[in-house]
Amino acid sequence: MLLLGPSGSGKSTLLAALAGVLGGDEEGDSSGTLTVDGREPRAARGVAGLVLQDPDAQVIMARVGDDVAFGCENLGVPRDEIWPRVREALDAVGLAVPLEHPTEALSGGQKQRLALAGALAMRPGLLLLDEPTANLDPLGVVEVRDAVAEVLAQTGATAVIVEHRVEAWLDVVDRVVVLGADGTVVADGAPREVLAAQGAALAASGVWVPGREPVISRVAGPAARPELLTAQGLRVARVPRHPLPLCVDAGLAGGSVLALTGPNGVGKSTLALTLGGLLAPASGSVLATAALSAGADPRPIRWRSRELLTRIGTVFQNPEHQFVAATVREELALGPRALGLPNAEIGARVESLLDRLGLSALAGANPFTLSGGQKRRLSVAAVLASRPRVLVLDEPTFGQDAVTWAALVSLLDELRASGTAIVAATHDIRFLEAIGAHELALSGVAA
Amino acid sequence: MTAGSVPGAPRLSVARVNPVAKLAAALIVAFTLALSVDAVSAGVALALELLALPFAGLPVRAFWRRTAVVWITAPLAGLTVALYGRASGTVHLHWLFVNVTDGSLQLAGVTVVRVLAIALPAVALFATVDPTELADGLAQLLHLPARFVLGALAAFRLLGLMREDWRSLALARRARGVADRRTLRRSLGLAFALFVLAIRRGSALATAMEARGFGGSAPRSWARVSRFGGGEWGLVVAGAVVAAGAVTVAVVTGSWAFVGR
Repeated sequence: MLLLGPSGSGKSTLLAALAGVLGGDEEGDSSGTLTVDGREPRAARGVAGLVLQDPDAQVIMARVGDDVAFGCENLGVPRDEIWPRVREALDAVGLAVPLEHPTEALSGGQKQRLALAGALAMRPGLLLLDEPTANLDPLGVVEVRDAVAEVLAQTGATAVIVEHRVEAWLDVVDRVVVLGADGTVVADGAPREVLAAQGAALAASGVWVPGREPVISRVAGPAARPELLTAQGLRVARVPRHPLPLCVDAGLAGGSVLALTGPNGVGKSTLALTLGGLLAPASGSVLATAALSAGADPRPIRWRSRELLTRIGTVFQNPEHQFVAATVREELALGPRALGLPNAEIGARVESLLDRLGLSALAGANPFTLSGGQKRRLSVAAVLASRPRVLVLDEPTFGQDAVTWAALVSLLDELRASGTAIVAATHDIRFLEAIGAHELALSGVAA
Repeated sequence: MTAGSVPGAPRLSVARVNPVAKLAAALIVAFTLALSVDAVSAGVALALELLALPFAGLPVRAFWRRTAVVWITAPLAGLTVALYGRASGTVHLHWLFVNVTDGSLQLAGVTVVRVLAIALPAVALFATVDPTELADGLAQLLHLPARFVLGALAAFRLLGLMREDWRSLALARRARGVADRRTLRRSLGLAFALFVLAIRRGSALATAMEARGFGGSAPRSWARVSRFGGGEWGLVVAGAVVAAGAVTVAVVTGSWAFVGR
């Protein structure tokens, strides 16, 4: 069963309640009754297995075998029975690594399959999956989806899946339930019928409905712009003195979009951070042309933090890493204030960005309390506030619902048309096409 | 998956002994040596330990890397005592609070030997401890509360993620234009941001653990066996022999001096 609905309709809360991990009375109110297998969910722990969105947050133990065994131990399964169950669960999700394999060496898709195996080993009758593929690259999505389909076919368990990327799951589910913004059930039925009847409303609430993907009308901009940033024989290293097997030559002109693509771990993020003047090149060079450096050193890594602001802005993959201030408004004012702009100018920039990204109502909120989509929009807006000429984005559209996605892509397209150069590390093919990016496909082999 | 899966460690080496035994052996030596301030007991203990170290199951390079901090801090502790320690005998150097005398120099030498004798075996033994095995031992053998031990074990795993967070936070501050400020304020801000992220990661992990039935009222079973057999008793006895040898020689030679006397 696939559970759909706008954000805030209580999908994740319902899953947590079914899993029996919802906080007690002091954390919120509950009414009505909910039973799993005829019992209250808290008492029925082990009947429902829960897999969450963030692959990193679910790894509990240091070794694969121990991690899968953890749930069985908590249920008091006898030792002799645990290890056969562990092997069976790992087989079912297709994770063919030794039991001693360190969990930190797994990829995102593998970690999600590990979490699935951990839930399976508890032999649940009910599998609860809360956006299990939202944080994965396209390959990881298929990996996890196939593992779930295989497991359901083998065990005959029931699954409740919350996911706003509907397409991948359509063939796996046989029932779709749609929640309204107020948390009531709006539709309940066979997938194709529900999508046909509710498609438009779902798409408007941010669900990726096949055939109703957002369309971006592109803004025209002048074709030829001066070059701003060049990379020559560039090799990058996340950790100093450990360069990745990757060698890049590229030029970046104003008004153009360069997309860095390639499999996980190839170094997209590291390359993006190096181009952003945040990491020093391992060898080769990143040079700003005179048009960009405007009197500063040609090497961005030598720039002071304040000099970076108007030249290169970087949006991090995890928005939480870049939040500094206590309110949304302060977050947006931070860059302009560091530049020493007059208060009137700061105020004007902040208000226009709040308005443009639909964050006005949240101006006084703490950035950490925002939803995923709101955090993403804020992290982009905060960087735009200082008006950098080059914008570097690390997975800007990762895990975003269709509405946030469309808002982001049209904003970036406008920036491109107005002469900003954009670099994006991304897996999102749809994003590449929508914005007309030049693709730099990275592979592990030196180019 | 049985007890003792330290990667690359040879069979039958001390590295594979149950961490609880390592803990016991290190504690016996440390407590005994902490009772006296004489040179003889610490010297005898250190000599016996140096004889035993080759059997600790630690490759030579790893040994120097892990114990580097001990080799650096021991002389520093000695230097401090030499400069500021209780003065007696001939004065060699006197300047403000610095007072180097025969007495303080002797005390400094004793301090260096004592720090080495206590810290070296502890570091060498714990370098090969696998956190999962330690947790198994503490919960199964010493019957510490499983909830506490496993919570700590899971939190320990978050340290690696926090190191990554710290790097990203520092880079992000530079990108946001606030990295030119005074270093102290910046570090405090970074530390606070890391603290916030750590709490969020911690609560997410707690939810994941609860979802796997952790913290329930049902009795827990253990997938891995934590054994305390011959090898374990052997190591504890070895620790006791080092401690007893040191005390015996010191008492016989008349140099044993209880702390505070």
